[in-house]
Order: sequence, then structure tokens, then C-alpha cells
Amino acid sequence: MDNEKDILEVRNLQVNFKTYAGDVKAIRNVSFDLRKGETLAIVGESGSGKSVTTRTIMGLNASNADITSGSIVYKGQDLLKKSEKEMQAIRGQDIAEIFQDPMTSLDPTMKIGRQIAEPLMVHKGMKKEKALAQALEMMKLVGITDAENRINDYPHQFSGGMRQRIVIAIALINYPEVLIADEPTTALDVTIQSQILHLMKELQDKISTSIIFITHDLGVVAGMADRVAVMYAGKIVEYGTVDEIFYNPKHPYTWGLLSSMPTLDSSGDSLPSIPGTPPDLLDPPTGDAFAARNAYALKIDTEQEPPFFKVSDTHYAATWLLHPDAPKVTPPAQIVERQEKYATMQKAWLKTQQSTTPVEEEEEQQ
Amino acid sequence: MDYENAEKILEVKHLKQYFNVGKADEVRAVDDISFDIYKGETFGLVGESGSGKTTTGRAIIHLYEPTSGEILFDGKNVDSFTSKKDQRDFRQEMQMIFQDPYASLNPRMKVKDIVAEGIDINHLAKDDADRTKQVEDLLETVGLNKDHSSRYPHEFSGGQRQRIGIARALAVNPKFVIADEPISALDVSIQAQVVNLMKQLQREQGLTYLFIAHDLSMVKYISDRIGVMHYGRMLEIADADEIYAHPLHDYTKSLLSAVPVPDPEFERTREEIAYDGSQENDGKERHLVEIAPRHWVRAAKDEIFLYKQRAQEASLIKE
Repeated sequence: MDNEKDILEVRNLQVNFKTYAGDVKAIRNVSFDLRKGETLAIVGESGSGKSVTTRTIMGLNASNADITSGSIVYKGQDLLKKSEKEMQAIRGQDIAEIFQDPMTSLDPTMKIGRQIAEPLMVHKGMKKEKALAQALEMMKLVGITDAENRINDYPHQFSGGMRQRIVIAIALINYPEVLIADEPTTALDVTIQSQILHLMKELQDKISTSIIFITHDLGVVAGMADRVAVMYAGKIVEYGTVDEIFYNPKHPYTWGLLSSMPTLDSSGDSLPSIPGTPPDLLDPPTGDAFAARNAYALKIDTEQEPPFFKVSDTHYAATWLLHPDAPKVTPPAQIVERQEKYATMQKAWLKTQQSTTPVEEEEEQQ
Repeated sequence: MDYENAEKILEVKHLKQYFNVGKADEVRAVDDISFDIYKGETFGLVGESGSGKTTTGRAIIHLYEPTSGEILFDGKNVDSFTSKKDQRDFRQEMQMIFQDPYASLNPRMKVKDIVAEGIDINHLAKDDADRTKQVEDLLETVGLNKDHSSRYPHEFSGGQRQRIGIARALAVNPKFVIADEPISALDVSIQAQVVNLMKQLQREQGLTYLFIAHDLSMVKYISDRIGVMHYGRMLEIADADEIYAHPLHDYTKSLLSAVPVPDPEFERTREEIAYDGSQENDGKERHLVEIAPRHWVRAAKDEIFLYKQRAQEASLIKE
């Protein structure tokens, strides 16, 4: 492992889907790490490959998926080399998933207590009574009111928010090392959403699980993530800490995403929008896949794919604009505002550093 | 907007829409709401799922018989048109854009026939050539191209389909468009495109919108005034900027405090306000009361003072 803090390392992953029309190149060379206890958010539009990435980690891809290269190393073992049987032992035990739609991801014919207890009985060979007792504890932990009386209820007797709590309880019952949350709150109202997000953070502190959080809602990302990876057309185009991505983004696609979302204080006649639609991944364009929609595209963008340029130790972006020879461009107004805010934040941070450093030196001298 | 001289296009008066009336599972989806919409404005309707916002929209376009109450469009009651012509005019003047661009277009019809259906029904085209020209103009208006007219819906992306849905609504030259969550099925980068298009069309054609959505930041962006619904009731109506800056009702405060903001620093310090819905069911009689100029809050007689005080603190009214 490159970094002992890493719990999951995805390297050079490529996934194609075989269709009648040809191979859809859904994931095109994706690499990232997940560190112990952190929340990594993957953001992007539908079709950008974020869900395929996590389904590949879970070994749950459709049968026409073809993993042409790459590795997914979890605790020193490559998950892509595991048999289906070995993956079954890992899924729901070491790596668990909270699915998007609480209305369809529960079994409507099974009592919820039994559904929450099932992973214990399957993975730990626990007896039913003991497993149900633990399921009850978990129900209380995720905040299902009157758990004792509701353990024998069926999913349809619960509201959407409560059902998503049940889905979370199932995912967490074995205290997984890695939790994948694929748009876990997209189907919920804002007030319920904020309850569920609070709950996830609280539980993460309690059982120190690492979370891969997939969403297209940048507001949710700002509140949940430690680090963010932005995906476009099957690739990660920028990644960094949550502050770096929101306050100092470098990729024009990230600029577009951040400025096309109205905040509660936007006004004016039109929202900045990203023109056009994402490319067809049956035949991805040469060069930068975002070039056709990019107002800042350079000539080289249509010819050669940009490599990752380093912005800081934790922040990388794949855009030719970061090349030393590239012309200097001014990002959209909203982004400049964000950068200014970042600059003031950093100054304030440096000040606290300067005031604390001498103290540390003194301590060392003593 | 100039509300002093604004003309009302729609008046909703004490609208009640109950389902399963008289049975054990009676649902009061919309429970005595009243509001007006002025010509040329965008009225945003927000609330959680189950708050009755979609039912309100459907009742206005008369997809339901209201349990009680009146809906006046251009001064005429939509439930009791006296002539066939009034009814036809109403169907033409009020149109709807639907939430799901995948389900709301017939997959077996070509785009030109989908868009022209209203033109055909209302006999708005002189001949075939005129029909084709109208369809092509409409497609151009919504940012598609005329070659698209002989294709089928499955050949389009979600954003493009929503544009087809908008073209269909515009085909019969409506005055009033109900947009029920028109962008919630679309990707972030496409949402902005569709919202911009809707705003542009409003400017060009003087449309009035009822914009129903749960995405509060988008609603604020597009709306002139906003109504907040909860449990089938209208709790607060005010100008978009004012209701976001100075919400007076506790529920509005709670709803706004739950909106995630794409700013990590803000998120780290965000404080949420909880709302206890049971306070509405204490048996007191409540009505919308104009607390500050054009800022209405649902209040009982003894609560008016409290809201007036809040409005004073926010300097919406003088002492």
C-alpha cells in the first residue's frame, strides 16, 4: 500500500459495457484512494460513471460489463481477482452499500427486523434470536422510534425517511470498513435529508467507517465530504479536499457545475449554464472529453488528453489550463468570488499557524 | 414586478381537495387554501412531499373536481363554464409542463406529432405546411433543431425531452403555464439550461408561471413570489427575496435551514431549526393574515401580535 491510511486503492480502472451498438466505455482509467475514517464524495452528472465505479467495487456490475484493466485493492487483496463466492463474503460484511431508492431496495414481503438481522445470520452465522436482538439495537441507533413494536412491521408501513433509516441499519449492522452511499438522500425531502445526513455523520464517528458518497448535489457534498472527486465522461477530472474543490477549483467543468447551481443569494436574468450535453461514451472524443462544452477550451484539448497537474499535495486537476505554457484565463465571476473567500480563509489560517508555531518550538526546547 | 397595477390572472379561494371523502382513510390533500397569481409573474409553490403542492396544481388545471372552493381564471370559475367555448379556451390558455420527461412523452409518437397535438385539437393550423412550420418554429424557440421533428422521444436526452415538453405546452399559445417539478429529473448542468429557457420564454411571450418544486434554491431563483405549503395548508406567502431573507413562520424557517448550500464553510457552521408540526393542530382557527405589506402568514388571532413583532424585528414594518 502506498499509504498506510488507505483502506481502498482503485488503480487504472477501465470498465466497458458490451451493447449491440458497440462497447460503451463507461469508466476510462479511474484511480483514487479511500482513507480510513474519511468521506470521499464522487460528484458528476448521470452517465459520468460514478455509480459504475462503486458497483465495480461491490462486484455488482451487470453481466455485459467488461473490466478491461485495473485493480481495486482492499486490505492488500485485489477485489477484481476474487470469485463471486469470495465477494459474497465481503459484501455486506466488509463493504456495504446504502442504495438510492428506499422504496425499492427493501423486500416488501419480509419483516424489517428480519431484513436488518439477515446480514448477521449470513455472515456471522448468528442464531435468529440473537441477531434480532442486535437488529433492535441497530434500529434504535438509526433513530427508528418505538423500535420494539415496529420490528415486526413491513416496509410499506414506514415513511420514506424511516425506510432509508432501515436501509442504513442493514448496511451498518456488520460495522463495515467501507460504506458506499449511492445518492442516499436524493429521494427524500430536504428536512428528512438533513436528518439522514446527520445520522450518517454520527454513525461514522461511532464506528469509524470510511464512506464513498455518491451524489450530484453539491450542497450535500459541501456538508458531508472530507475529499471530493469530480467525474466527467468516465474519468476523474479533478480531486482535492472539500475546501480546495469548492473554493479553489481548477477544472472548467467544476467551474461550470459550481456556478450553474443557484445559491440562496443568486439573482439576475440567467444562470450560467454548461451548454450542450455529455459526450456519447460509445465513441468518446479524442483529447479532453469536456472540450466541446468548454468555453475555455484550448486547441490542444481537441488533440491530446490532459494529464493530472498538481495544484497542491492533495489537489490535482486534469486540464491543460494548468500547463505552464497555457494562457492565463479568468474563471467565471462566481468562481473568482469563491477563490477570494478561500484566500481570506487561508490568511486567517496562516495567522493561527504563526501564532501557534512559536509555542510549539518552546515546547520542543523544553 | 409592479404589483400596484398588476392584474390578477388566477384566484384560488378556499380551495379544498379531499380524497376518499367520508371514508376512514379520508385524505385532506389541500385544506382550505387561498392565493392569487398576477399576470406575468412566477409564483413558486414549495413544500415537502405530501404537502399538497402537486394536488393544488392539478386542481387549478381542473384535473380534479374540487371538494369545495373556487378557482377563477381570468375572472371565470373553471368549475362551471357555461359554454363549450369557455371550456376550450381554458384548456388552451392554461398548459402544464410535467415532472418526468421520460414518462410524459408518448414513445410511439414522433416529436412533431407530440408538439402538434394541441395545434390539431384546437385547429390552429391552416394546412399541413402551416402545421409543419409552427412545429419547426416551436422547436427552434426551445433550442432544438427542426431536423429533430421526425425523431422519436427515445432519441433524446432528458434535458432535450423536457424542451419537447415545453414546446408542446407552448404550441397552443397559453397565457398560464403550470410547471410541476420541471427540472428535478435533470442533471445540475442541464437544470440551468431549462430554467434559463423558461425565463427567456416568459420575457418574450409574457407568460405567467406556477412553478412547483422542492428545490428551494431553484424556486427562489425563478420566482417573484413564493407560497409555502405544509400538510395541505398554505403557511406563508411573500416575495421570493423577502421570504428567504426574513421567513416569519416557524415552518418556513425550519425548511430553509435544511437546504444544503454548496459552501463547506457555511455547512460546517449551519444550524438547523426543528419544527414541531403538532402546534398547528391545537384547535385554534387560523387564516392567512397580511403581517407586512404583501407578506402573508397563517396565524390565529392571538398569534398575529407575535408575527407582527417578528416583522418589526426584521424591519419589514414600522412600529
